[in-house]
Amino acid sequence: MALLEVTDLRTYFRTDDGIVKAVDGVSFSIEKGKTLGIVGESGSGKSVTCLTIMGLNSKRTTITSGEALWKGKNLLTMGAREFRDIRGSEIAMIFQDPMTSLNPVHKVGKQLTEAIQLHRDVTKSQARARALELLKAVGIPRPERRIDDYPHQFSGGMRQRVMIAMALVNNPDLLIADEPTTALDVTTQAQILTLMQKLQEEFGSAILVITHDLGVVAEVADEVVVMYAAQVVEKGPVERIFKRPHMPYTWGLLGSLPRLDSVVDRLVQIPGSPPSLLNPPRGCRFHPRCPYVMDVCKADDPALLPVFDDSDHFAACHLDHETKDREAAKLIAGMMAQAS
Amino acid sequence: MIRYIIRRLLWAVVLFVAVTVVTYIIFFIVPANPALGLCGKACTQDDVKRVQAYWGLDKPVPVQYLKFLERLVVHQSLGRSFATRREVNDIVKDAAPVTASLVVGGVVLWMLIAVPLGILSAIRPRSLLDRASMVFVLVGISAHPVWLGLIFSFFFGYKLGWFPITNYCDFINPSTDCGGPVQWAYHLFLPWATFAILFAALYVRMIRANVMETMNEDYVRTARAKGAPEHQVMRSHILRNAMLPVVTMLGMDIGLALGGAVFTETVYALPGLGKTAISALDTFDLPTVQGIVVFSTICIIVFNLIVDLLYAWIDPRIRLS
Repeated sequence: MALLEVTDLRTYFRTDDGIVKAVDGVSFSIEKGKTLGIVGESGSGKSVTCLTIMGLNSKRTTITSGEALWKGKNLLTMGAREFRDIRGSEIAMIFQDPMTSLNPVHKVGKQLTEAIQLHRDVTKSQARARALELLKAVGIPRPERRIDDYPHQFSGGMRQRVMIAMALVNNPDLLIADEPTTALDVTTQAQILTLMQKLQEEFGSAILVITHDLGVVAEVADEVVVMYAAQVVEKGPVERIFKRPHMPYTWGLLGSLPRLDSVVDRLVQIPGSPPSLLNPPRGCRFHPRCPYVMDVCKADDPALLPVFDDSDHFAACHLDHETKDREAAKLIAGMMAQAS
Repeated sequence: MIRYIIRRLLWAVVLFVAVTVVTYIIFFIVPANPALGLCGKACTQDDVKRVQAYWGLDKPVPVQYLKFLERLVVHQSLGRSFATRREVNDIVKDAAPVTASLVVGGVVLWMLIAVPLGILSAIRPRSLLDRASMVFVLVGISAHPVWLGLIFSFFFGYKLGWFPITNYCDFINPSTDCGGPVQWAYHLFLPWATFAILFAALYVRMIRANVMETMNEDYVRTARAKGAPEHQVMRSHILRNAMLPVVTMLGMDIGLALGGAVFTETVYALPGLGKTAISALDTFDLPTVQGIVVFSTICIIVFNLIVDLLYAWIDPRIRLS
């Protein structure tokens, strides 16, 4: 049994303009100790998916349906109390912006020990010892001094380390990382990714990492879910997605990776912008931006089907397999040629 | 922290000198000769001169100011009233507890109304309670304390007879007709309500806005993600942050509220600083007016100092920068 099994997850927000379908029928699963990457442009529903799993959307304006089975129990219908025991203990989360994710009026030590004492029956000094241990594990220099500092005394990268320490403090089975490196500068990004991988080996947690950066996915993920306009358009093992992507949107994402080693006039981009989730286009939601668009794309929503030669790899596209294989091969060959 | 306190104390001294110089100049440069009023209509020119010399009014203003400072610093004296010859210190000593009772009780009442109402309307925006409290805010901000005072004393005092309309009862020393905490609170209830409503309205709105803003902060989401129960999220993460600006505002508004106390004291005939100052103005009793201004200034300075220190204590970002 998978650790987390998400089936047909839907999250709709009631707004003054109507219902925004922020997540519309998303399914995926995570195995114990593995890393799943969710990629997509801003506004594709990645973050909302995770916030829904964590039960952190505002109850008043959100309509949720589907299933998110955590060790066999549905998180979406779970009582508040039971859910609270899982949140922060079995499933922990780190957020995009470490500058605003820590409470400015509490010492980092207090914020760490709060996380411990919420879930474990330990004394203050035991909690503090555990907090110190974690601060050391995430590579904060002189943790016994820094533990009594306030968040504003830490740099962005150090704060994200504190966030990671806080998330791992109860040995979670799953760590959800919502764009953990987006707000950090490039050298710090690499450090944080390496740290997450190192800690995953040490703690054995599964990781669900959300990103718009395919580089991050290539670096850390075992499995990849590509989201577009609130839906999953392709998913599969990371090497499949990078070697034989089967969906024009994924091609676009891969093609728009900027490269240092080739001179181009301008960055390649996917034309147009993601559709409004208030009123998404009929048929395949990517069709207005797709260079391979056919009549059938405008009428029918393609199902997420296994790619013929690999049952782990799914894609939602009306193009025939031969064309997809050919185009994917061309794209990858082109990228390889550029790289060498 | 020590350096912060010293810096704040030095600023308080500078502020005190500035305010006293200004009040001194204003009161002693008004185109009126206090000696004439003191002396009476029958005085000759010589009599007036003698009176002026007696009070030191013939000296240049800077000298008078220095003498005033000397009196204040060396003898801790605010001088003597022109009108009653009483020590201004005693006048202030009598009037200050009345105003203090009004202001302290009023502040407590306004916070008792504003904090729960503000928080509850922030938690449930657009609910019945939220809408009702917004109506209260509108009324509270629009109604002038004098009008409110008259309406209150007419309905609750005169028509319904629930509360006394005038008079002040001492908290500690029972006088002939009234005294003790119960009578004190009973007599002050209407003044408190009158005094508190404007500020309660302003604070409901401010607290509601602060809490709503803080509820959407990332660190509140972090706290929930840790598995913290809602009451802990509210207390430790939302309120702690949302109340920071309220503390500063409170420090500034208490000074403003002393001004508002003048209206309330006048309406309810409370013998506080405001009413005493107004009567002193009528009789050109400049030492009394000035004594009250100096005393209020010191109070406000001390209060702001306390609030600033409190703020530095609850907001670590201030303390260290």
